[in-house]
Amino acid sequence: MKWNGKEISLETAVTVAEFLQKQGYQPQRVAVERNGEIIRRADFEKEMLCDTDTVEVVSFVGGG
Amino acid sequence: MTQQELRAARVQRHGEEAVRKLENACVGIAGLGGLGSHLAISLVRMGVGTLVLADFDRVDVTNLHRQQYFASQVGLLKTEALAQTLKAIDPWVALKLYPVRLTSETIPTIFDSCPVLCEAFDSAEEKAMLLETALGGMPDTVVVSASGMAGVGSANQIQTRRAFSRLYLCGDGEADVAEYGSLFASRVAVCAAHQAQMVLRLILGETEP
Repeated sequence: MKWNGKEISLETAVTVAEFLQKQGYQPQRVAVERNGEIIRRADFEKEMLCDTDTVEVVSFVGGG
Repeated sequence: MTQQELRAARVQRHGEEAVRKLENACVGIAGLGGLGSHLAISLVRMGVGTLVLADFDRVDVTNLHRQQYFASQVGLLKTEALAQTLKAIDPWVALKLYPVRLTSETIPTIFDSCPVLCEAFDSAEEKAMLLETALGGMPDTVVVSASGMAGVGSANQIQTRRAFSRLYLCGDGEADVAEYGSLFASRVAVCAAHQAQMVLRLILGETEP
């Protein structure tokens, strides 16, 4: 799978929620795009990521 | 000064084509704090014709160290206070003011006339909410967002990148206000200027960050 421009190996498909947790993201602070489509937070538990996907994750910090 | 004189001054500097594109543009700004207030002023100075400005909050004494408000405006709605300043710069700019809390329900309606929407919230969770709402439900909208401008780190760390096809992200990506303690007027203004510059480039047809 391609994650933020890097190739990583994904042995089995995982949910977006599982992937974010494993990589140390806070789900309430991210925007996730899979193959060019945004994935809504409400779908993080059910949407799956597989090895052929291209995933971009933006994690926000506070201040503005 | 007349509207024609102000326009002629812009045409003399920026050229007729750029001025026409800017005056026909409509840009949304979600949040009128340190980022949004600086951003709005830059866009009006450059001649953006219509701004849609949304923030539920009122000007507070704790805003004056970094946001474009004045002591005399404490207590006013930020939409009203910023409109006073913007009209003082360009009395003919069209402003649509929404003194409401922005949610996933209200954002698509309030900003439906804006091809470019600037995210200028303070909280990381609200930034993420706006992104999900605009990129998930507003297929023709490009978002110019900001993340990471707290503290006293070098201004040179602040950059603009294209994170998704319809998302430009300004900031250093890391400096969280909760961790770095404070937001300084200069660094927030640098980040807001990055956003304003990307908006300008998009209006003029440039899509590279």
